[in-house]
Amino acid sequence: MKDVESLERMASQVRRDVVRMVTQAGSGHPGGSLGIADVMTALYFSVMSHNPKEWRRDAVGQDAFILSAGHLAPVYYSVLARSGYFPVDELSTLRRMGSRMQGHPSVSDGLPGVFQPSGSLGQGLAVASGMALSKKMAGDPGRVYVLLGDGESEEGEVWESGMFARFHGLDNLVAFTDWNGKQIDGPVSEVAALEDLREKWLAFGWDVIEADGNDMASVLDAFALAVSADGKPKMILFRTEMGHGVDFMAGSHKWHGKAPNEEQCAAALGQLPETEGDFRQL
Amino acid sequence: MKKYVDTGKKDTRSGFGAGLLAAGKADPAVVALTADLKGSLKMDAFAEAFPDRFVQCGIAEANMVGVAAGLAVTGRIPFCGSFAEFITGRVYDQIRQEVAYGHTNVKIASSHAGITLGEDGATHQTMEDIALMRAMPGMTVIVPCDYNQTFQATLAAARFKGPVYLRFGRPSVPNFTPEDEPFVIGKVAVLNPGGDVTLFACGHMVWEALQAAEILEKEGIGAEVVNVATIKPLDAEGVLRSVSATGAAVVAEEHNMAGGLGEAVAGVLASGRPAPVEFVNGGDRFGCSGTPAELLAAYGLDACHIAEAARKAVSRK
Repeated sequence: MKDVESLERMASQVRRDVVRMVTQAGSGHPGGSLGIADVMTALYFSVMSHNPKEWRRDAVGQDAFILSAGHLAPVYYSVLARSGYFPVDELSTLRRMGSRMQGHPSVSDGLPGVFQPSGSLGQGLAVASGMALSKKMAGDPGRVYVLLGDGESEEGEVWESGMFARFHGLDNLVAFTDWNGKQIDGPVSEVAALEDLREKWLAFGWDVIEADGNDMASVLDAFALAVSADGKPKMILFRTEMGHGVDFMAGSHKWHGKAPNEEQCAAALGQLPETEGDFRQL
Repeated sequence: MKKYVDTGKKDTRSGFGAGLLAAGKADPAVVALTADLKGSLKMDAFAEAFPDRFVQCGIAEANMVGVAAGLAVTGRIPFCGSFAEFITGRVYDQIRQEVAYGHTNVKIASSHAGITLGEDGATHQTMEDIALMRAMPGMTVIVPCDYNQTFQATLAAARFKGPVYLRFGRPSVPNFTPEDEPFVIGKVAVLNPGGDVTLFACGHMVWEALQAAEILEKEGIGAEVVNVATIKPLDAEGVLRSVSATGAAVVAEEHNMAGGLGEAVAGVLASGRPAPVEFVNGGDRFGCSGTPAELLAAYGLDACHIAEAARKAVSRK
């Protein structure tokens, strides 16, 4: 599935999954998941070289993905299920007792596709760097992708990893930031200004690419640019809109960590075409 | 009294360095990481022998733990090392999320532990690390007693699949256990049999416990010395077997009174074989500058204090 139109159709289904999962769970983080849905759909259905049926945690011979911003679990679970890592209907168990779909990603229950737990922010870039370094050591051509939030980039460890990855020449590491300008307490610029993320990553010696994260063609172009073997890790700054695709959620930090009620869910689904068939309740 | 001979004072961290090199020779999956403390952790020989498997992380411990987890996810066996304080307290959450909860095969190499770090003072002397690591689900906690045992424990940690916390120290201390005795994770070792009281100890306190047993022998008190090098999982059977015979215990450790070996042993005894227990530890306070010998005396962490605790435990029977 490489063409823009079919990816956009899949992204609509992924957004439906996110809204339905979070509504049924009664808690979770819909806003960020909706905003990054186009990027995650492109990653799993076009960009990454991976084999869902023969997934292995050591990622030998395959690309790997680390979700550093663990609260984006709903969109992560959706693209994993939709690309064949586990049955789509299992999405209906999000956040339930006994579910493999923990509130934040876990490896304890052996959910295929998940390499590391995440949720405590700022740590995924270090893990992805270790995996990328390991692939370099082994001569494994696979890449390691990692998703950070912009608010998450307030964590100091992110910048420790930024120095490490450049120093060790990890050009097989492709990080991307969900730059929606929102965090729990409000706009990033009012909570703890990050200033110019582009200048920051350039100063850390990374290749930096900017793109519209809610425009599928722009997303694909950005990933296609992040391949040069120049010794520099890649940072794609995706400008996104929190809650994108649902008019009453779009652009507001209020939907960072709040579940829609049944009425709101129905209104949201009315704006998101069902393209692949909804998951059924288990 | 079984005689133990100090074959020459050596630091336990050098036992780790030699063990790391041997582990690296035995298994190409072994890699080593440090945060600007290669020399202090005695990783030089490994770094020289395996430059492609040595990862310098700079002064950034949080990132180092994450990188180690990533290396482990992809099938390697990383030993990541720093001073005990900076590889536990500073990075508790990284170890919790990426190593323990992530079930990654990371070995935490923790040097300069305890008060015997010496002159650098309290900022660098952790007496809380065992408590922190014991509280971590799935973490194996090992505190070897001398150079030889640290060497063997390092090899055992490399072979063991799962997170391990390996604690060792800075100063040169007596080296007295057999050079070629394989380390068995999760088993206590009875160093000296005795019928009146059990002296449980770990790390630098094991030698002191042996000296205490000699003092006690002259007073007609038979002290059984038990080296508890694996604090978690604790060998409950071994602990109960000894105290069932002696009926009293002392627990000695270079650690805070909270959360260490003392509470671990007391917990096993409370539910399995209630007996008088006395504790020799650093109390509930920070360290300070001084030589290791001065500090051990000032904090009551030596043979005399262990012997005194033993007399008290025996008197309470």
